[in-house]
Amino acid sequence: MNKISLIIQREYFTRVRKKMFLITTLVVPIVMIAFYVLIIFLSKSDSSEKQRIAIIDDANLFNEKITSANKNLTFQFIQNETEQSFLKKFNAAGFQSFLFIPHSIDATTNKNFVLHSEKAVNLSIMDDIEALINDAIRSRVLIANGINPVEFEKKSANAQLDNIIDTENGAQKSFTEIAYIISLICGFLIYIMMMSYGTQVMRGVSEEKTNRIAEVIVSSVKPFELMVGKIIGIGAVGITQFLIWIVLLFLLQAAIPMIYPDVTNQINNAALESKEGVMALNSVLQGVSALPMLKIVSFFLFYFMGGYLLYASIFAAIGSVVSEDHQEAQQLVAPVLMPIIVGFVIMSKAVDNPNSTEAVVGSIFPFTSPIVMMGRITADVPLWQTILSMSLLVATIIIFTWFTAKVYRTGILMYGKKVSWKEIFKWAFKKN
Amino acid sequence: MNNDLLLLDQTIVMNLVELHNVRKYFSSQKAVDNISFNIQAGSIFGLLGPNGAGKTTLIRMITGIFYPDSGNVLFNGKEFDALTHHKNIGYMPEERGLYKKMKIGEQALYLAQLKGMSKQDALKSIKEWFVKFEMETWWNKKVEDLSKGMSQKLQFVTTVLHQPSLIILDEPFSGLDPVNANIIKEEIFNLAKNGATIIFSTHRMEQVEEICDQIVLVNQGKKILDGSVDAVKQDFKENIFKIGLHSTQKTIQTELFEIVQQLPEALLIKLKQNVSTNEVLQHFINNDYSIQSFQEVLPSLNDIFIKLVEDSSSARQFQNIN
Repeated sequence: MNKISLIIQREYFTRVRKKMFLITTLVVPIVMIAFYVLIIFLSKSDSSEKQRIAIIDDANLFNEKITSANKNLTFQFIQNETEQSFLKKFNAAGFQSFLFIPHSIDATTNKNFVLHSEKAVNLSIMDDIEALINDAIRSRVLIANGINPVEFEKKSANAQLDNIIDTENGAQKSFTEIAYIISLICGFLIYIMMMSYGTQVMRGVSEEKTNRIAEVIVSSVKPFELMVGKIIGIGAVGITQFLIWIVLLFLLQAAIPMIYPDVTNQINNAALESKEGVMALNSVLQGVSALPMLKIVSFFLFYFMGGYLLYASIFAAIGSVVSEDHQEAQQLVAPVLMPIIVGFVIMSKAVDNPNSTEAVVGSIFPFTSPIVMMGRITADVPLWQTILSMSLLVATIIIFTWFTAKVYRTGILMYGKKVSWKEIFKWAFKKN
Repeated sequence: MNNDLLLLDQTIVMNLVELHNVRKYFSSQKAVDNISFNIQAGSIFGLLGPNGAGKTTLIRMITGIFYPDSGNVLFNGKEFDALTHHKNIGYMPEERGLYKKMKIGEQALYLAQLKGMSKQDALKSIKEWFVKFEMETWWNKKVEDLSKGMSQKLQFVTTVLHQPSLIILDEPFSGLDPVNANIIKEEIFNLAKNGATIIFSTHRMEQVEEICDQIVLVNQGKKILDGSVDAVKQDFKENIFKIGLHSTQKTIQTELFEIVQQLPEALLIKLKQNVSTNEVLQHFINNDYSIQSFQEVLPSLNDIFIKLVEDSSSARQFQNIN
């Protein structure tokens, strides 16, 4: 046991002290925050430059009055021109585009409006103009039926639909979107852990083999101790990295207002400007607090470790089998990656439909369950499925570690021979 | 019966390692086929054989990396157990292995701790060895920054740090320049003098003659011979003598010996059966030769091994390079 802890320490500290670890650990959250800020910034500033739009309103739909919420858009009504005649002039007259509204409007189909332009017009501007036309048509229809459009707007219904889930523990409001995001993040973290740290185990093992240090080490410790120490050490590196990321994300979020007050003001304004912003913010907070967080965290931790342990031992066995040839490694890795990727796909569907057949099967099958179960953690998973899934995962880890350890002990001392899956299975099943 | 028991008792006291009918088959070959030999405590033991003879497999069974398919390995008279005995073994494989990116000091410390040393003891021992090999300034260097000879020295240090009673060195001089080879050789003698038993595995015969007390020769998984270097040479001597003479001009005709080789101031002669050395000397004296020297020429291990394995294709490796 003492030796395993020595090995864990070596695996852990040699990696954590590397410059690359520091760089990726620090740069990733900064890049993430930068993206986050950039997206908000871009959506706020609306990205479009000022647009002058000419209107030839043959139907007199707007009654020569038009105002848009989008301050970048300015409109001018053009008289005494036809669609064809103005087509050649609008650009020279300083307009980026012009809208043609034909004389006869069919209020039911509304398909005969055209925005002419030199360059493609940005989608959000198209949406804005479309909304203006629809408003104008609606007002015209309302007036034709003797209704004052302003009064109508005031008295319109504004319904909001909530989904309440009634369980034995009482009624709970459903926050589908929050649950969706939490599921995706948990699933994604497990996926990353399996992929990147699993392959690190593989590289670490094959490095030990090609360096020929494996032979020195296994004359001091059992190959199994070496393998387990490596898997746990590298896993600890992964957990450290995730923890640092979480702390950094919080710190950066707190630090941004101090460094760039403008940015945060804009973000806050954007959120607070509208009533919807406030409501959205509230519902996020409510949503998070309404979710069964203890269950989510404990499920996440269980499947996070279980998934890593299962795949890390398989990757360790592959690393022990290959030598310097990376192509050889890739061939052996491909079938191992398949269930991880399939699991990820099922998970992204399971968040929408947590009780579908593929979600249930995927969350029980041990090679996909760590990821797929994350798609279901915010939903209610029947107890028998949870127990079956967890015990299958634990059993598979034990059985696989036993097999992979046998492959590993043969593999790390075997040189100069290309190994096939068939041979690997032979090693796994032979007696010592 | 009684005699056998008595013998057994003696061997337990004297032998650090005993192999009894050890066998290890791999799917494609018989790597070690029913080999037995003993290694006396405190001796420098040569494990010899061409490449692929089964040396590494034998070593891996002695170090507990492999289990024999059948037969057993005794360490200090007890059945070998990797868990208890690995502390007493230092093993330097032929293919050197160190973590390239790890600092030298930390690496030595790590390997020593894996052998069960406490951190303090390990640090003390590392410092002593580093001073001895003039490596004190290397502590923070990485292995990838070392020359081949330097990393070889480090490998040797990590092998002997924990004061093992059995030190296994697989081709310890390969890749070393003569100066460093000499330093390592001196240390091997030193360690043996201080009571360590050393297994020296090689296919370089001239080193064996210089260093080893006892040898075993394996080829194609089988033991071909074992014994002390002197005994082996005695067994394979061919009654050849070298006689130093002032002049070898005269033709010599005698029934006592035949001339193997004529050198400027000496003759190599092979005595006929039942001819004593005195008779030969008498012959030279009677014929008025002035004799400078007279000595028996023992075969080199190289010659012996070529003779023993010449039927196999692997014998080529033993051809004299000179």
